[in-house]
Amino acid sequence: MSPRIIPKLDIKGPNLVKGIHLEGLRVLGKPECFARHYYETGADELIYMDAVASLYGRNSLLEIVERTSREIFIPLTVGGGLRSLDDIRSALRAGADKVAINTAALQRPELIREASRRFGSSTIVISIEAMKLSDGSYEAYVNAGRDRTGVDAFEWALRACELGAGELLVTSIRQEGTGTGYDLALTRRIAESVPIPVIACGGAGKLSDIAAIVRDARADAVCLASMLHYGAIKRRPVTAGNFSREGNIEFLRQGLGFSRIQDCSLPEIKQYLLQCGMDCRVDTEQALWSPEPETELQALTPSLQAAG
Amino acid sequence: MDRPPVVAIVDYGLGNLFSVGQACEHAGLQPTLASDAPALLKADAVILPGVGAFGDAMESLHRLDLTGPLKDTAAAGRPLIGICLGLQLLMSESHEFGRHAGLGLIAGSVVRFDKPQGPDRMLKVPEVGWNRIHRPPMAAGAPGARATERTGHQAELSAGGPGAPRAASAPSDDAQPGASDPWAGSLLEGLTEGEYMYFVHSFYAKPDAPGVALSVSTYGGIEFCSAVRQGSLCAFQFHPERSGAQGLRIYSNLAARLGVPPEKPL
Repeated sequence: MSPRIIPKLDIKGPNLVKGIHLEGLRVLGKPECFARHYYETGADELIYMDAVASLYGRNSLLEIVERTSREIFIPLTVGGGLRSLDDIRSALRAGADKVAINTAALQRPELIREASRRFGSSTIVISIEAMKLSDGSYEAYVNAGRDRTGVDAFEWALRACELGAGELLVTSIRQEGTGTGYDLALTRRIAESVPIPVIACGGAGKLSDIAAIVRDARADAVCLASMLHYGAIKRRPVTAGNFSREGNIEFLRQGLGFSRIQDCSLPEIKQYLLQCGMDCRVDTEQALWSPEPETELQALTPSLQAAG
Repeated sequence: MDRPPVVAIVDYGLGNLFSVGQACEHAGLQPTLASDAPALLKADAVILPGVGAFGDAMESLHRLDLTGPLKDTAAAGRPLIGICLGLQLLMSESHEFGRHAGLGLIAGSVVRFDKPQGPDRMLKVPEVGWNRIHRPPMAAGAPGARATERTGHQAELSAGGPGAPRAASAPSDDAQPGASDPWAGSLLEGLTEGEYMYFVHSFYAKPDAPGVALSVSTYGGIEFCSAVRQGSLCAFQFHPERSGAQGLRIYSNLAARLGVPPEKPL
């Protein structure tokens, strides 16, 4: 089994954004540019998530999806604010391969059954935003981690499977954007209790977090945002086309971002997982892609030196 | 050439036709959605995509009166390409939720993954993600799937370690170079042995004749047929249009076969 490495692009209006605990969104640039960069450097899939769509009951993502799907040839999952079979159909027509649904599914679970029948289970990803409560239990939240539902996250995971979900995208709200590592307990408990693939999301801050969530928590795939976005911004030449005029990229380029988060590239992640003895997809053409200078790679991943 | 070759993508309400169309355009082909016989019969090649349940898909093909034209396409020797469920539909029958008759263009059946076992865990069904495709073993006495006790996985790991270059880690013993290379002249021509492709499936085809298998893959210790070829029929369990640059090469090979000049798609 090759764990899938999936860059997750949170989108607000025309911009790629990133927040902490799904809040405090910071503009990073144009999502299509980041998407193309990730495609070219070996992403296994991509996820576009409209960060605020369900709050405002709108979805401004479709144009971006349409532009992206013309130039990337890996699976693209689109989520955020999808409420009906018509919304799902529109996303698929725009070029999405799968859709991720949270709020609408919790409001009306039958939507999962209807959608998986209509479009095929493999097209329907149920997104679970889980908040760890003080008593150690996990509650499913809606509206980008803002509103409680009173629904137990584990029970919801099983129910979503029964209704026909094809995959689960499990986000730990508490970890999200913090770089303190994925929630291993949350992911493992769900991954071991459902027969369908589980994508872990929220909290990756260093390379070893990725190995841990796959090996120790049985995740079938991992989502990454901050690590890759910060890495891309640092490594890519900033041209007017790449980045939005909004936001403060300079802040990130100068390393003034979140110091807890180790920025990296997809080839570095895959190289690291291979060195950990894990299977990993490397495209033959991407194998020819010239890696970062060795010194930089070593500085990023001191554990690699120890292993070598 | 005056116009790009036309590829009819069979539209029977299932599958991401959009991405198949994008990949065709990328290769210099003219995709067109086809949901009736005339559209199918006048195309230079036909792609049968598909996502979802086998029984529903056959029902849709019957309702749209497309099974005849699909068989005619194959009989006329025009390229017919199945993708994912589209491969399975070419077979005689499927065991998905009962027994369903398929198009019967390739003798064999479609069965579900039975308890795929990874190195440290039971693997999920459906298989969702990237997996390697290999040339089929030449002495393929046993058709279809057979348990390999994860030997494929171990062989990969022992061939120079997981960090070794890809070419060295692929089980190239099975590959037959030169004239007997099963991929030469096929839509997989030019692909690296052990290349990764993107899969989404719970079921796989077991062709009766071992020679029909064009590639094999292994999931959780179960070796299965991941591509078939028979005459002008060629079908893939994986999604070439979602498999990055290497997947696009399959579309380019199709374009080349239909006369699009290499390296210079229209």
